[in-house]
Amino acid sequence: MLSIKDLHASINGKEILKGFGLEVKPGEVHAIMGPNGTGKSTLANILAGKEDYDVTEGTVTFQGKDLLDMAPEERAREGVFLAFQYPIEIPGVSIANFMKASLNEVRKHRVLQPLDAVEFLKVMKEKMRFVEIDEKLMRRAVNEGFSGGEKKRNEIFQMAMLEPTLSILDETDSGLDIDALRIVANGVNKLKNENNAFIVITHYQRLLDYIVPDFVHVMYNGRIVKSGGKELALELEAKGYDWIKQEVDATV
Amino acid sequence: MAEEIDIIDQVTQSDYKYGFVTNIESDNAKVGLSEDTVRFISAKKNEPEWMLEWRLKAYKAWLQMTEPTWPNVHYPKIDYQKIIYYAAPKPKKVLNSLDEVDPEILETFKKLGIPMEEQKILAGVAVDVVMDSVSVKTTYKEKLKELGIIFCSMSDAVKDYPELVQKYIGSVVPVRDNYFAALNSAVFSDGSFCYIPKGTRCPMELSTYFRINEANTGQFERTLLIADEGSYVSYLEGCTAPMRDENQLHAAVVELVAMDNAEIKYSTVQNWYPGNKEGKGGIYNFVTKRGICQGINSKISWTQVETGSAITWKYPSVVLKGENSIGEFYSVAVTNNYQQADTGTKMIHIGKNTRSRIVSKGISAGKSQNSYRGLVKVNPNAENAYNFSQCDSLLIGDRCGAHTFPYLEVSNKTAKVEHEATTSKIGEDILFYCNQRGLSTETAVQLIINGYCKEVFQHLPMEFAAEAQKLLAVSLEGSVG
Ligand SMILES: Nc1ncnc2c1ncn2[C@@H]1O[C@H](COP(=O)(O)OP(=O)(O)OP(=O)(O)O)[C@@H](O)[C@H]1O
Ligand SMILES: [Mg+2]
Repeated sequence: MLSIKDLHASINGKEILKGFGLEVKPGEVHAIMGPNGTGKSTLANILAGKEDYDVTEGTVTFQGKDLLDMAPEERAREGVFLAFQYPIEIPGVSIANFMKASLNEVRKHRVLQPLDAVEFLKVMKEKMRFVEIDEKLMRRAVNEGFSGGEKKRNEIFQMAMLEPTLSILDETDSGLDIDALRIVANGVNKLKNENNAFIVITHYQRLLDYIVPDFVHVMYNGRIVKSGGKELALELEAKGYDWIKQEVDATV
Repeated sequence: MAEEIDIIDQVTQSDYKYGFVTNIESDNAKVGLSEDTVRFISAKKNEPEWMLEWRLKAYKAWLQMTEPTWPNVHYPKIDYQKIIYYAAPKPKKVLNSLDEVDPEILETFKKLGIPMEEQKILAGVAVDVVMDSVSVKTTYKEKLKELGIIFCSMSDAVKDYPELVQKYIGSVVPVRDNYFAALNSAVFSDGSFCYIPKGTRCPMELSTYFRINEANTGQFERTLLIADEGSYVSYLEGCTAPMRDENQLHAAVVELVAMDNAEIKYSTVQNWYPGNKEGKGGIYNFVTKRGICQGINSKISWTQVETGSAITWKYPSVVLKGENSIGEFYSVAVTNNYQQADTGTKMIHIGKNTRSRIVSKGISAGKSQNSYRGLVKVNPNAENAYNFSQCDSLLIGDRCGAHTFPYLEVSNKTAKVEHEATTSKIGEDILFYCNQRGLSTETAVQLIINGYCKEVFQHLPMEFAAEAQKLLAVSLEGSVG
């Protein structure tokens, strides 16, 4: 589904991704872990199409198409979803209005009829229950004055609405209390099927108790330096990153 | 001066594709402004002596005045001696089909969703029998006549209702009020006159739209609207269709008078040619709009959506004289590319228990400058006056500017005045977030703008509000990305 090959990218002349590669197949869950500042969010942003970066080398293919060649909104309509590490506030636009516009764009791309207000509200209520989000939030402007946890839950709600093919969760677990963590994880598990895939960026093995990954990758200095099964996360939790850093630095 | 604008050259040389060109015929006044010009205009219109005297008084006042420099707008010096102040009124050139209309304008009509038949009327295409605009207009006029409502051109009013015109013209905006008002008073070409008799509720929105096929009212428009005791009227000015005009300078005057228990709702959608993307051409719009709540419990409410013109200078105001009277101002002013707007309102509290409410939403994009300028004045006798002002600015991109100049003059201790202001920006982060949810940048901007302007749009008559929404989207097209 997603094939990233030897990706190099820089921002303001500073190289952040240095030969990143990853293969994701339908039905898989990949966890990416790694120290602060190694480029995890950079990778997520580049996949979603944020413009600030220069991709200097490498390719990204999504369902046979050149992902880097598409505008961000096209990628979203094709089924790429990013749950942001820091969700943005949109003044004056209610979540309901925002999601209605968003869902109908995605549906249009899938050659489906737009939902009218009644149908939309039905879907919205259903998905809201799904992530156990307070109905009152729906009338408020997107993320405006939301608590950290509410923002993250709102991201998962949007994911549930749009039913993406590839979801990238950038530290969605950070700042969540235990209950919220469980709810978010359950959300992902219920959405998961053999046709979609998830890339879960996290610092904590805790999340991976709920969302069981097929692969765990360690990212360091702009690329994946170690991959393994879910036991790798446990090992990292116990030992930290130093041993990996040393391994990598020794080979350089 | 080299940078001095030669308005006539501009007109004749610029690539106006709208199909009507100014021919200098003998019916027109000579270029420039003098006492003779004023006499010429008055004579051409067969005006009574008092009207001429009034114009001449205004002309003399204007001579002694100087153009204001305080607004936050910049433009090359206008040479008032290079303007033609009177051109014989003649109907727009009639086109045979929409194929003859500027494709750019048709494109905009399409985006605004204006029905085909209306497009034809707006573009000056001969309308076929299916929708006979004349008969629509006639029914409309008959209905008004039954109710005793007068709605006609200013020229007709001067002849047919001289006592009303004489009594009220200049009573709200005196000839010496300001430079442009004085100019308008001297040379006004035409405009609308409206009188709603006592206790009458005007059953339909009065709209200049219905007068669209009458002679072009020209660049110095004059409107006078009187709502007698206990009456109600909602008046629509302008339309969302793009208006091009061969005249660069526009200086209109609008006067509203509300008697005891009367209510006037005045809505404007202004979409005049803003100039091209480099800021060339475009209309200079210097308007004086003022209403007086003359009677007790009267109410005047201005709602405006301003998207056009290169320069807008406009402060629809309310003088709250009657006890318990209410003044309202709801405004959306959009500037894009090189447009400049200095607009706002004045609420002058004179009577007891008078209340006013100001909601101003400025949107700036491109390299434009958008200023809000508002005055709330409470006179010593205005016990318990209350004002609430909300002034919000929205910036799109980072090359535009928004400025807020609130002025407060309160001379009564019992007055309560509240002011709130916000500035927000549609930055790249917001747009990326929206893009990531499948929304194009244009759709995202539209969504945000509609949310932002909701409070103003809900005061517009319904069909107008929908059109205004689309209009904003069109005006801001290409402003981001
Ligand atoms: N605009 C920028 N200019 C220069 N450097 C930048 C810019 N944006 C990000 N960086 C740098 O890129 C590197 C990678 O940042 P990124 O946000 O991808 O890290 P991360 O792995 O997501 O970290 P964290 O775990 O803290 O979220 C960091 O060193 C960061 O400072
Ligand atoms: Mg990060």
